[in-house]
Amino acid sequence: MAHLNTRANIAGPDDFYAELLAAHEGLSKAESDALNARLILLLANHIGDRAVLTEALAAAAHAPGGDKA
Amino acid sequence: MSKIFETPLYPYQRSADQDASQPVRHPVIVIGAGPIGLGAAIDLARQDVPVLVLDDNDKVSWGSRAICFAKRPLEILDRLGCGDPMVDKGVVWNTGKVFFDERQVYGFNLLPEEGHRRPAFINLQQYYFELYLYERLRELEADGKPVQIRGGNKVVSVTPKDDHVALTVETPDGPYRLETDWLIACDGAGSPTRAMMGLDFIGRVFEDNFLIADVVMNADFPTERWFWFDPPFNRNQSALLHKQPDGVWRIDLQLGWDIDKEEEKKPENVIPRLKAMLGPDVEFDLEWVSIYTFQCRRMEKFRHGRVIFAGDAAHQVSPFGARGANSGLQDTDNLVWKLKLVMDGKAPESLLDSYDLERVYGADENILNSSRSTDFITPKSDVSRQFRDAVLDLSERYEFARPFVNSGRLSVPCTYDGSPLNGPDAAGLPVRTRPGSPAVDAPVSGGWLLDRLGDRFQLLAINTEVPASLEEGGIAIEGLSLSANDDPSGALKGRYLGNAASAVYLMRPDQHVAARWTAYDEKAVRAALNTATGRA
Repeated sequence: MAHLNTRANIAGPDDFYAELLAAHEGLSKAESDALNARLILLLANHIGDRAVLTEALAAAAHAPGGDKA
Repeated sequence: MSKIFETPLYPYQRSADQDASQPVRHPVIVIGAGPIGLGAAIDLARQDVPVLVLDDNDKVSWGSRAICFAKRPLEILDRLGCGDPMVDKGVVWNTGKVFFDERQVYGFNLLPEEGHRRPAFINLQQYYFELYLYERLRELEADGKPVQIRGGNKVVSVTPKDDHVALTVETPDGPYRLETDWLIACDGAGSPTRAMMGLDFIGRVFEDNFLIADVVMNADFPTERWFWFDPPFNRNQSALLHKQPDGVWRIDLQLGWDIDKEEEKKPENVIPRLKAMLGPDVEFDLEWVSIYTFQCRRMEKFRHGRVIFAGDAAHQVSPFGARGANSGLQDTDNLVWKLKLVMDGKAPESLLDSYDLERVYGADENILNSSRSTDFITPKSDVSRQFRDAVLDLSERYEFARPFVNSGRLSVPCTYDGSPLNGPDAAGLPVRTRPGSPAVDAPVSGGWLLDRLGDRFQLLAINTEVPASLEEGGIAIEGLSLSANDDPSGALKGRYLGNAASAVYLMRPDQHVAARWTAYDEKAVRAALNTATGRA
């Protein structure tokens, strides 16, 4: 069974990060929230694997700064 | 011309029971002559179980109410002998459109699977549904079957005793008393029986109001289901347009919780809303308007000794997905054969607990689906709305998002996975006909499989031979052997054999699969029959 890949997997991380921020530039809070929601749905569908998605939800839900992983 | 639902069908008449010196004892009394009570009475009467229906009213449903009837209930109605008038009158539709804000985001065609006698569902006003059931009941009565219906008979007290239930019934001539061995309460979401017995009605509460209007239109709208999320004519709420027979259109407008119901129902408030929705040029007449309030909840137990609850009296769901009347008919479909076996002394009373178990399972499935639809249609938080709107926005351009759009998941039959009545399964046979499943229809020998199943235990044998009849502990099992010659379309093979060379299915009287094997084994069949009747 596939697992959530939590190792570095994107070539050019700085470029991607800049592209992510650029997508939100000039948007209101509501527009940014809507974009994020659309993005999550698009990416989730691309992943498709239900077990991986559940792992991703659990990983994202861990409180910042905690040591629960 | 007076409307069907304004015409008394079974007006109050004094019965001999009212003049008896002692309360008259009946084998089964059904309270309520709605779709579920009538369905229960027909099923019992057909099987020669004497049944008395008490109803405080004397007419069919006021207004259209439940309008969408799914395939499985239609199959149950076929078994009861009144599927044809429903389907002949009903509107069959396959195309739906979804609108968001001011635009259509997508359309869909349901493309129902081939090889079934009945369509995925029909639209039919509840008053027709009840009328055809009522006519079927009268037909059975005329044929000498033991069924009576008494209008203007309001049950005002229910007292469970050890071996019967005592009732007090209010009539225009005053009260009288009755006794019954078994009581089936089909008296709706507000069930007076439930209240009189002080029983719970628990669950997650969604409180919302819908303006429901039946309009007769001189407009050429197509036979499609149109659903709007957040339309300009009903901001932050939903709307539904659905076609019914006789040129009547059903319009549901969500109103939210905090409203003045009496105000909203007034024509001067309803008509502008409908004009905003339909456009200024469409002429229409209002046939019926109602405000509908729903909650998603169920009783903890549907059986309380000799009092058994069915339909909305036992469980209530949102209107999204047509799960009310549809699941209620599955309740009595499940109950009646069990009750008959118990009354005939062929199965222990505990068999009735499997009604509770199987139909609570069905109710939970419906409540889950219905709650999820409600969460999508009425987002309860900012983030819930963001995802809902994101799904709708994406659905316009991307096919992947459309399955997320939830304007009601239409009722599909319940499979009783894990039921104590289920016997063995055989590896390799199709999943959809596993033990607990309702039989899947298929064309066989110029007719339909489901027309040959039901009302008794049967062994359905495919590509193998089984005895024409068997008896186990007073219960008969009838053999039905079919082969490739009976299956020109291959649907029987696809639905019951898969890659297996042969199969033997033990079918319950409600057309559900009790157990299955790839070859006939008499001892295993006998054991499975005992399991399926609570005698194991």
